[in-house]
Amino acid sequence: MLTAEKTRATARTTTPAPRPAPVRKSDGRPPWMERPTRLGQTAKAVAVVVVVLAVAYPLVGVIGTSFASQTDIIRSSGLVLWPDHPTLDAYRTIFTGGVVSRALIVSVGITVFGTLASLLVTVGMAYGLSRREVTGSRFILMTALFTMLFNAGIIPNFLLVKGLGLYDTYAALVMPTLVSAFNLVVLRSFFMNLPEELYDAAKVDGAGDFRILVRIVLPLSKAVLAVISLFYAVTYWNAFFNSLLYLNDSDKWPLPMVLRTYVLQGQSLDSASAGEVLAPQQAVQMAVLVIAVVPILCVYPFLQRYFTKGVLTGAIKG
Amino acid sequence: MADTAPPLPREKRRTRRKRGEEPAPPGPDIAAPHRLTLGQRLKRDRVMLLLTLPGLLYFVVFHYVPLLGYVVAFQDYQPYLGYMHSVWVGFANFSAAFSEPAFWTATFNTLEIALVQLVFFFPVPIALALLLNSIASDRIRRFVQSVVYLPHFIGWVIIVSIFQQILGGAGVLPDFLGSMGLPRYDMMSDPDAFPWLLTLQVAWKDAGWGTIIILAALLNIDRQQYEAAAIDGAGPRRRLWHVTLPGIAPVLILLLILNLGQILSVGFEQILLQRDAVGPDAGEVLDTYVYYHGIKDNDWGVAAAVGLVKAVIGTALVLGANKFAHRLGHEGVYRGADR
Repeated sequence: MLTAEKTRATARTTTPAPRPAPVRKSDGRPPWMERPTRLGQTAKAVAVVVVVLAVAYPLVGVIGTSFASQTDIIRSSGLVLWPDHPTLDAYRTIFTGGVVSRALIVSVGITVFGTLASLLVTVGMAYGLSRREVTGSRFILMTALFTMLFNAGIIPNFLLVKGLGLYDTYAALVMPTLVSAFNLVVLRSFFMNLPEELYDAAKVDGAGDFRILVRIVLPLSKAVLAVISLFYAVTYWNAFFNSLLYLNDSDKWPLPMVLRTYVLQGQSLDSASAGEVLAPQQAVQMAVLVIAVVPILCVYPFLQRYFTKGVLTGAIKG
Repeated sequence: MADTAPPLPREKRRTRRKRGEEPAPPGPDIAAPHRLTLGQRLKRDRVMLLLTLPGLLYFVVFHYVPLLGYVVAFQDYQPYLGYMHSVWVGFANFSAAFSEPAFWTATFNTLEIALVQLVFFFPVPIALALLLNSIASDRIRRFVQSVVYLPHFIGWVIIVSIFQQILGGAGVLPDFLGSMGLPRYDMMSDPDAFPWLLTLQVAWKDAGWGTIIILAALLNIDRQQYEAAAIDGAGPRRRLWHVTLPGIAPVLILLLILNLGQILSVGFEQILLQRDAVGPDAGEVLDTYVYYHGIKDNDWGVAAAVGLVKAVIGTALVLGANKFAHRLGHEGVYRGADR
């Protein structure tokens, strides 16, 4: 659908007349458009390849290095794209108990429970605000949306979390970011766009508001719920800010905090220092990175096609 | 979303809503014409309001209540004394912060980083969107889109770690330079390069994501304009200049204004993670200043004072930007949300 509008800054020819000859369908080019020059085509192809490589190279390098042996790493400085002597030693090192395993459990826990809690509260609120006639809904909506414009800041938030007794608890990783106003707007406008007849028909049949939500609205919203779950899950999975501020006890650290200490600040993992040096330090570091990225890579392809709709609802309407 | 009924045209929906707004009780007796009292309406809407309550509670407790915490900015706050018993000091914390060179360094760094990002990151998604838009094959374009959206979902800790592997001291680039006989340049710990490093990282993470909104604007340009321009003899370059760019200009201006409103908020996580590598003279921004003074050094009053100044100016900028965007005929961030 996009194919027709092309603006080719690199092409040189300017043939104004519409091309009378039938254009091959696979070409997808409207009849008035010039054939691309070879130079333009090549430049574009190069640009596309460079962009894709710029994103893919670091990721592939991290994954490759995590499987690399000491010889691989010494031979190719830094990132190993394709290890000649692949080994699982790095993963064995981090999964034989210790810091990373524990952090992984914490991260999975807050991601699962956090996403569920966020989803429940967001769905309730978005549905409650999705019909204008509800008393006070406009005021409540504005109360929520106004928070997009300011941020209380680090110190007051810290004092609040301390004051509520959440400091050094897992709840401190979830509660302060429970509802995102952005996701709320996306979900609410989706609910509002469901055909009104559905509500009316259900009401005539005697269904209450809650029953309509569970039986009619939610089953129709699976796709948008999936996207919002992804947004929430990614937030919790990457949680760094909250854990930095609100967790003092390093036993409770989620994965990003552990990553910071052992990959960025270069401290060695305690299981490796316990004597059994199985894998090169760098491979272990990259293996921790892989564990942090892979869950995102796994869910990503399934949800990718909904992004545009979600972002545009949030950005233009919201 | 393909499995749902298509949304109704906007006009139709609007008239329906209008009718819905009239305070008629729901259910079979829709025709009842009398106005309901507030109590009756609350009773009618009780389920909906109950569903809204947890979310409302969250926004009040975690977004509005903390604002009260800014009383600390006017106190010599001691955690063991609390708000109630700490000594009030008026504006002493503010004057203490303003007379400290570190505060001005942080302000300068914040503005410098924001400006570099505005000038050098802002055009990247536009260029990338134009490139994506010009890919003729649907399959290739979708593939490239999937690839470039991905880094948006990767956390800053991971991104900084990856950059460390490539640009850092023992990374790929210094090794490559070393093998060429050049000096091993370590960008990650070069204070002068810090704003550029941050911009590079932001581009890697969010350039792809930023194309979504621009691609949508490109799709909205009327094809006939291109055709007419081509028939009138405009080549590809002139079509870009006279059709494409004017077509997406409103969106670009809106994005630019909104970015200007955010100028005091440069990425806290991203900068905090790398501040120590370049030192506070280059790496301190307002947010990290507040973090280190308040939470690390227990200088609560001064940190809260700086945070308050930043919050007030920042909010004013955002509101101003919104208002300005609105005046230009675009919907601001929150006004448009209630359509």
